[in-house]
Amino acid sequence: MDLEEHLFRHESGRLVSILTRLFGIQNLSLAEDVVQDAFCRALETWKLHGVPKNPTAWLVTTAKRRALDVLRREGTARKFEPEVAQVLGSEWTRATAINDAFEPGGLNDAQLRMMFSCVHPTLPEETQVALILNLLCGFSVAETAAAFLKSSVAMEKRIVRAKKTLAETKNLFELKNAADVKIRLLAVQRAIYLLFNEGYHSASTTMVVRVDLCEEALRLIYLLLEHSLTKTPSAHALAALLNFHAARLPGRVDAQGNLTSLFEQDRTLWNRDHIAEGHRQLELSAAGAELTAFHVESAIAAEHASAARAADTNWENIASLYDVLMRIQPTPVVALNRAIAIAEIEGPARALEEVEGIDGREKLECYPFYFAALGEFEFRLGQMANACGLFAKAQELARNESERRFLRERMHRCRCDCADGSSRIN
Amino acid sequence: MSEYILVYRNTDEAHREAMGSPERAQQSIRKWQAWFKGMTENGQLVNVGQPLERVGRVVSGKKGTVTDGPYAEAKDVVGGFSIIEAKNLDDAAQIASGCPVLEGGGSVEVRPVMQLDM
Repeated sequence: MDLEEHLFRHESGRLVSILTRLFGIQNLSLAEDVVQDAFCRALETWKLHGVPKNPTAWLVTTAKRRALDVLRREGTARKFEPEVAQVLGSEWTRATAINDAFEPGGLNDAQLRMMFSCVHPTLPEETQVALILNLLCGFSVAETAAAFLKSSVAMEKRIVRAKKTLAETKNLFELKNAADVKIRLLAVQRAIYLLFNEGYHSASTTMVVRVDLCEEALRLIYLLLEHSLTKTPSAHALAALLNFHAARLPGRVDAQGNLTSLFEQDRTLWNRDHIAEGHRQLELSAAGAELTAFHVESAIAAEHASAARAADTNWENIASLYDVLMRIQPTPVVALNRAIAIAEIEGPARALEEVEGIDGREKLECYPFYFAALGEFEFRLGQMANACGLFAKAQELARNESERRFLRERMHRCRCDCADGSSRIN
Repeated sequence: MSEYILVYRNTDEAHREAMGSPERAQQSIRKWQAWFKGMTENGQLVNVGQPLERVGRVVSGKKGTVTDGPYAEAKDVVGGFSIIEAKNLDDAAQIASGCPVLEGGGSVEVRPVMQLDM
């Protein structure tokens, strides 16, 4: 029997969530220990005797047994919430409680509650995402640190502190009260969005890590779509957006491993299933009166996905969608993207004027794509010296080697004074 | 051809390291499976053996003193064993040199199973 890819990672998130729901969140570390122990047993047994037919069931049974053992051994020494202590403290009820916790219906509920707990309002956004990666996606601290290009030590400190914050809340977040859910839902969606972005534009260098992060974000958004209180139009819009972007992942890197811009990508490589699913989710998102940034962003992504060739892109639609997005989310980055769309319709000189007029433009100066876009406008105006300087600046700010390589290639073209104006950047 | 027992040992730290993350555990299983598969295909594997719990008791001395073990003073803990078939001890050691336990700094003890020819 072959081992399904990422089986342990996925099972880790599920088992930790279920056991945390059972033990209470102040016993999060106990849940993690039980899971770790079950995995150790799997490792020792499977490596000798092969992977069982149903590895998930094997892990669940082992985790249940370990949970029972641990409760017998140190049940009285542990602090549980009173109602939990009563059930887990007695040999009569313990095994039934553990069995009930692992009922299939509880699985999504446990993971959703864990996800909502991770976006605790006192935690910074990046920490919330790191916690989700660690607890729900089964990334170790070192792997989480690598995804954010942080040192393991710093990430360890951050995650330990964040887990303390969670433990103080005593119980996992309850998805009962619609008003409470609504407040945190936005944070959960942001976290999933950031997780996906981290994979898509990733600071991390290896392509493998990036795809993993994107896949995890997709898995989590579908969890939201399974629950009546979290299956909102904006959740569908986010699912659409992630699908459209995921469709483009196979085309983002060429055969030599170099990053390719949206304009140069081989669009036949785009994943049709993700595009179809994106359209389906986009339609589902149209219910209700609320128009969120996710709605508009996914509509923009749908425009790109619908163009068989870069030249077929409907830039008028995209520019007017950016106008709408500017009303919902007037950030310098959105304004810059709007300028890029305008460049396609009215030319690079107009686009440069638009950029001049961006409110809070100085905030863009730590953003490699800002200088890359300016460089591209200058390049198309034939101002090769300016363009080269701007690409060089972008290169200094780039976050990984493939971005740097991409921008060096741009600089090289400026120096060659290459007349090929058809290739562009996004 | 003679039979040899392979005894796998590693430290608790190395053991935890192999289990350091769900992804690492998964890779570790893959490596072990590949190694056993290779031995099976070459007709070298007699008995895949059993994994051992990493804790236990040690009874020692004439008085039969019982201590929590396996061996408090030894860093390496026996994690399991297998039985293989090989031409000679050198050949057996050569086979053992492919064991994934070595990657984590562990060791494989190779011991000929005593032949009792009547």
